[in-house]
Amino acid sequence: MPNPLIEVRDVWKIYELGDVAVQALRGVSVEIAAGEFVAVMGASGSGKSTFMNIVGCLDRPTRGVYRLAGTDVSTLAADERAAIRNRQLGFVFQNFNLIPRTSAIENVELPLFYGDVPLRDQRQRARDALAAVGLSGREEHLPSQLSGGQQQRVAIARALVNSPAVLLADEPTGNLDTRTSEEILDIVRRLNEDQGLTIVLVTHEPDIAAYARRVLTFRDGQIVADVQQASGRKRVAVGNIET
Amino acid sequence: MKLLRMTMRTALRALRRNKLRSALTMLGIIIGVAAVITMVSIGQGADAAVQKQILSLGTNLLMVIPGATTSSGVRSGWGGVSNLTTADAVAIKRECSSVADVTYFRRQVVQVIYGDQNWSTVAQGATPSYQSVRDWPVVAGSFYTQRDEDTANRVVVLGRTVVDHLFGPGEDPVGAQVRIKDVPFRVIGVLESKGQTTWGQDQDDVLVMPFSTAERRVLGTGFIGTVDMIFASAVATDEIEEASKQITALLHDRHHIQPAQDDDFTVRSLNDMAKASESASQVMTNLLLSVASISLLVGGIGIMNILLVSVTERTREIGIRMAVGAKSRHILLQFLVEAIVLSMVGGFAGMLLGIAAAKLVSHLAEWPTLLSVPAVAGSFLFSGAVGVFFGFYPARKAARLDPIAALRYE
Repeated sequence: MPNPLIEVRDVWKIYELGDVAVQALRGVSVEIAAGEFVAVMGASGSGKSTFMNIVGCLDRPTRGVYRLAGTDVSTLAADERAAIRNRQLGFVFQNFNLIPRTSAIENVELPLFYGDVPLRDQRQRARDALAAVGLSGREEHLPSQLSGGQQQRVAIARALVNSPAVLLADEPTGNLDTRTSEEILDIVRRLNEDQGLTIVLVTHEPDIAAYARRVLTFRDGQIVADVQQASGRKRVAVGNIET
Repeated sequence: MKLLRMTMRTALRALRRNKLRSALTMLGIIIGVAAVITMVSIGQGADAAVQKQILSLGTNLLMVIPGATTSSGVRSGWGGVSNLTTADAVAIKRECSSVADVTYFRRQVVQVIYGDQNWSTVAQGATPSYQSVRDWPVVAGSFYTQRDEDTANRVVVLGRTVVDHLFGPGEDPVGAQVRIKDVPFRVIGVLESKGQTTWGQDQDDVLVMPFSTAERRVLGTGFIGTVDMIFASAVATDEIEEASKQITALLHDRHHIQPAQDDDFTVRSLNDMAKASESASQVMTNLLLSVASISLLVGGIGIMNILLVSVTERTREIGIRMAVGAKSRHILLQFLVEAIVLSMVGGFAGMLLGIAAAKLVSHLAEWPTLLSVPAVAGSFLFSGAVGVFFGFYPARKAARLDPIAALRYE
């Protein structure tokens, strides 16, 4: 891999909880190229969430190096990481994490606001992003007026509105029913296939991981399996009702 | 600029979400600012009223009071023995360059009779310049002239209170015949009402007649040529001090007072009295102001309290904002702006309430109030400062949250 988009080199994360030091990550090394669709699997406590936090620049490794698009971001200060998150990363969470009592379009505008995008462009770009996830006409709806699937689509629009390099999805279908999960995963897969967006998706369900073309499996803070898989298994097993 | 506008919008939206809570939070500031403005208005109004009363004695007035003499080792107080003479007064007028005009008078409590009514009042026998020195116009008829003084005419000018007690409503006192100590007088004028002095004396309970008339026909002949008091008016307000010095020097000379000896007279200016009352009311104003400031402080603590609750409640929101790229200064600014909006809106409401309360007080309690622009502007700005001061801690707390912990916060 000549120029990996994400390059993690021997990363350790150790939490000091009183007298006990918990090793959440123990020497993880992985490279992810632009355009890949990677699923991160593992039981809870395996270190996959910690890995995601570091890849998402929400946290810093205790040891080791993390390069994003060639830049070492593992030593950046909090505000510098905020800028990286704003420009290069998009987040989708299990519980959607929309700001309550704030309209869909204003939620989508949020990254643009912090990214110093001119005010007049914000509205249009947010509108386009909502349209791209099929939510035209729902701009002024509040999160509480939207279904779970719609809320997650607003979250995807928000993640994409600043044209990031990587989309990080943390159990994005964990709170959704099977049919809605399928819709969301379809959107994610199309973003990868049609637009070449790099996707890192955390899940503990093999059915969901089947959408990806590469699966990283974590156990006890280490990557124990790194498997490339055919992209033909997209729809297998997810929509049981359909098949 | 854009950042500020957006932050403002976010803050306003957050405050609108909890209308009742925002209103209650503001209440402390509203009451505080309103209290400051009302208190200062009342204080300044009272002060202005007192000043006006003091100055109603006359413009740039100096009083020369006899007394503090030592006679055979017995010291008497002010006004004990009259040792000021008409010649003293004439000399002051002639020789003191800072003195514009001089009047002198003798006074005595007399019984005045009109028809079947009678009233006890103070009769003042004064030179015609009394009117100009005391700056006291007549509302009916006219004041007596130098001619009346020269011929000791039995004419009298009555104060408002005397008129009210002797004459029925609608009855014209001018031209009426009254008897003062059984001497018949013709009323030629009625003085404008001056109201009470600061010490509660009714300035209108008085009648004024020519000095010569009083001396020769009414007040008796005990001390011919002596006067009870001399009033002098300085040529200008900033000459009062100088006039006082000149009079003192002149009377030292005329009364042959040795350097080691006590003065047998006292020169007092109204400015001294005005200053004394001003410092007294200043103390009162400061006292009220500090009480009001405490309520502003309590209001500020209320804002801090609510913001701390708000930060905890919105931890998740803060986490989301940080995840999508908010820097700590964005978060800090957001909460700080919320605090400032709370306190400034509260301050503005308090300002209106304070002005209304001051008006209401002068209307209902009939206390004079004077809106002070510095107090209004100052308390409004101070409420903003309270917002910054008490908003900073919660805002910094929000800005320092760890994004991961904030995102997971339930």
